[in-house]
Amino acid sequence: MPNVNKSPDEYKNIVKKNRKEGSRFKKFLRAYIVGGIICMVGQGFWNLYILMDISQNDAGTLSTITMIFLGALLTGIGIYDEMGQFSGGGTIVPVTGFANAMVSPALEYKQEGLIMGLAANMFSVAGPVLVFGMVSSFIIGVLKYVL
Amino acid sequence: MGNYVTAFFVGGLVCGLGQLFLDYTRYKPAHLLVGLVVLGSILTGFGWYEGLIKFAGAGVTVPVSSFGNILTKGVLMESNRDGFLGLFKGVLEAASAGVGASVVIAFFVALIFNPRD
Repeated sequence: MPNVNKSPDEYKNIVKKNRKEGSRFKKFLRAYIVGGIICMVGQGFWNLYILMDISQNDAGTLSTITMIFLGALLTGIGIYDEMGQFSGGGTIVPVTGFANAMVSPALEYKQEGLIMGLAANMFSVAGPVLVFGMVSSFIIGVLKYVL
Repeated sequence: MGNYVTAFFVGGLVCGLGQLFLDYTRYKPAHLLVGLVVLGSILTGFGWYEGLIKFAGAGVTVPVSSFGNILTKGVLMESNRDGFLGLFKGVLEAASAGVGASVVIAFFVALIFNPRD
């Protein structure tokens, strides 16, 4: 064993570094798997709605709404945030995470009232997302209009 | 419009990369969501998002980047039809269902349930 002669501090650094890298890869994998499964569920609803003779576009929209509903509901029950502890980005990136970002702060601040608590805090994350989404799509529209 | 396999692998990849973004930068989940929406808008501007949907289906329509895609699609559609005014009208045109549904659903869910201790 060539590397035994380390000071305690050096040793701690090595342990810390290795643990961090390892857990980062694990977190990547967890996010990958959980996120992938959520997307498969979305695909399932999409296929289901197409089977029900809904046009491909509307079926896509309906499956998005279904996912938003599920994300909101699981947040209400308290399951989604626990899933988030495990999977990180896997539950943040899908639209279910967007619904979670609306419901979670709304619940947390509910006791401050329906208007200043629930409704105002519903947009603490969703607001910026909508603002930047709308502004960026507007800018792209202008560029395409002018060019 | 993709299948379960491509949805899993592409959608999972987007989520995994999102996790790496959170781990290797100091940014918060809100930044990640905003970044993805803007990215979705840009990809749509280049006309690439439709191709991604054809290949990966829900793998790219379930991640929030699809909000950017839908918003931009609406703007481009309306500005083609209505010109300048369409740039404003279009912002919520195609995304109306998703935005409307999320606001209404989130409101009622938050109303019905109570936070857990």
